Amino acid sequence: MQDDVILYVSGLKKYFNTTEGVVRAVDGISFNVKYGETLALVGESGSGKTTTGHVIMGFYPPDDGKIIYKNKYELSVPMKKRPLELKRDIQIVFQDPGTSLNPKRLVKDIISLPLLIHKIVDKKKIYERVAELLEYVGLSEEFMFKYPHELGGGEKQLVAIARALAPQPSFIILDESTSALDVSSQAKVLNTLVKIQKELRLTYLLITHDLGVVRNISQRVMIMYLGKIYEEAPTEKFFKSPMHPYTQMLLSSIPTLSEEDEKIKPKGIESIGEIPSAVKPPSGCRFHTRCPFAKPICSQQDPPDIVLDSNHIVRCWLYE
Amino acid sequence: MLLKIDNLYVNYRSYWYTLKVLNGVWLKVERGERVGIIGESGSGKTTLLKTILRILPQNGIISKGEIIYEGRNILKLSDGELAKIRRREIGMIFQDPMAALNPVFKIRDQLYDILKYRMMAEGRNPSSKELYEESLKLFNDVRLPDPDRVLESYPFQLSGGMRQRVMIAMALASAGKLLLADEPTTNLDVTIQDQILKLIHRLVIEKNLSTILVSHALGMVYHMTDKVYVLYAGDIMEEAGTKELFNKPKHPYTQLLIASTPRLSSIGVGEGIKGKLPDYRNPPAGCRFSPRCPYVMDKCINTKPGRIQLNNEHVVSCHLYD
Repeated sequence: MQDDVILYVSGLKKYFNTTEGVVRAVDGISFNVKYGETLALVGESGSGKTTTGHVIMGFYPPDDGKIIYKNKYELSVPMKKRPLELKRDIQIVFQDPGTSLNPKRLVKDIISLPLLIHKIVDKKKIYERVAELLEYVGLSEEFMFKYPHELGGGEKQLVAIARALAPQPSFIILDESTSALDVSSQAKVLNTLVKIQKELRLTYLLITHDLGVVRNISQRVMIMYLGKIYEEAPTEKFFKSPMHPYTQMLLSSIPTLSEEDEKIKPKGIESIGEIPSAVKPPSGCRFHTRCPFAKPICSQQDPPDIVLDSNHIVRCWLYE
Repeated sequence: MLLKIDNLYVNYRSYWYTLKVLNGVWLKVERGERVGIIGESGSGKTTLLKTILRILPQNGIISKGEIIYEGRNILKLSDGELAKIRRREIGMIFQDPMAALNPVFKIRDQLYDILKYRMMAEGRNPSSKELYEESLKLFNDVRLPDPDRVLESYPFQLSGGMRQRVMIAMALASAGKLLLADEPTTNLDVTIQDQILKLIHRLVIEKNLSTILVSHALGMVYHMTDKVYVLYAGDIMEEAGTKELFNKPKHPYTQLLIASTPRLSSIGVGEGIKGKLPDYRNPPAGCRFSPRCPYVMDKCINTKPGRIQLNNEHVVSCHLYD
């Protein structure tokens, strides 16, 4: 394992039993996250991106595969067996701050709880620290004595970010953290995330479906479809030369706001069909049912990893 | 002129307080014109659409104003006359098809109902065969595969994209002249959203419908409309041709909103807008954006700005342009 890798994931699988059958939410994915980078995990609903994040957080153990954190912790063990310092080091910011903040607690209590649990500061100095954290995410001290319902959507999400920062983590999972916000408050949250990442040298796993957000804050992108990763590339390259037909379809579907943005969208591909059920995923390449370039082999065999150059990997028979 | 709204005030009343939501809204839709309304969640977009069809919840009170549709004031029509308009002339695509479709009836029952009333309003008495054929035609229009299965399904048995197509088919069934679309793709994935938008776009042109598209997704409005209104906290802040609005926004709110949208071609988003929507119980007396506006002046706080015509397709409501 390389030294610059903070999180190493290999052959990760997570299945769920439902009344309709086994849902293969995550079906054998491997990737690395490097220290200090933002890795975007992009996919539509049902692609398994949130499940991946939750497995890393330890909400449920994986069915198969290896997750190694900072070269010494094995993350496939259940939450209870994780040491406290590991729990402290990995934090998450959820999608909807309206439901992830306790409506009956004041902001100061919401943020001080992780400080108490992980004994970050002396008890006497706890509210000083809370005020510092709030200021850090761009909120004034007055917010300490407000309830979540008194805040706007963006402000709530900033409180959730302050809470995630409280135990001084080095890895934060952003699970659709700005999807529920209006653009006017999303901008503030995104700028804050970028600022604190630079200053605290945090590593982000950004789980999202919004490629506009990805373009703005991530360094690398992975595209997930029905439990598998189909393309992996540095952000610049990803937007300049998307290779997988699904990636092209995703990009061409974005309603853009200007002529410059319009030029980036791949031409000659149109969105068709819907994401199939994860209970009975298509054989071979899971995208072949919607792919305009599908060949016979696509429905029979899983596409191999095709390394275009050292950091651009695509899984598609077209490039074989 | 198909629809003209002027000086519209709508309040929501509860036992303890009154929420003053729409605050003198104006809006014009020409025949065949595609109009967009953009604004943040909670700015009154849906309330405005519901007022046009008079389907506000019981505590929604229209306290002032007029909605002139083809020369008649919708707010003064009798229930019978209004029903005729709802059945044949104005259709609405609701935001969340799961909430707008009845979960305990099959799609067939719900769609047939709409078709039956429309045909009766046209003076026909349709047989079930006619209804079936009409449904197939609609489903074909919205590119819904396997129509027989869909008709026999309950809403929960369909995927999100299919439900939205059913919803659009139902809206089309009664939209003879005007289609209201309230965030038609908010709950859908981006590839499905693209399909649905292209579908609505095609149908609107084919059937020569006027549309009002309400959304907080600016990109969508940019592509689908001829003219845009910017709604903030129940006030129209700006009205302009779509290209003009996105290239030369005049109102500070519009400028900040557009600058906050992440782009594909460049890195960096604007500062965003600090604060949150005003409390509708006690909204600012002057410009409702004044508490969040970076250019706020004394008169903004107490005097509501009037409509200022900048050129023939651009109107702004802001004291900066007095």
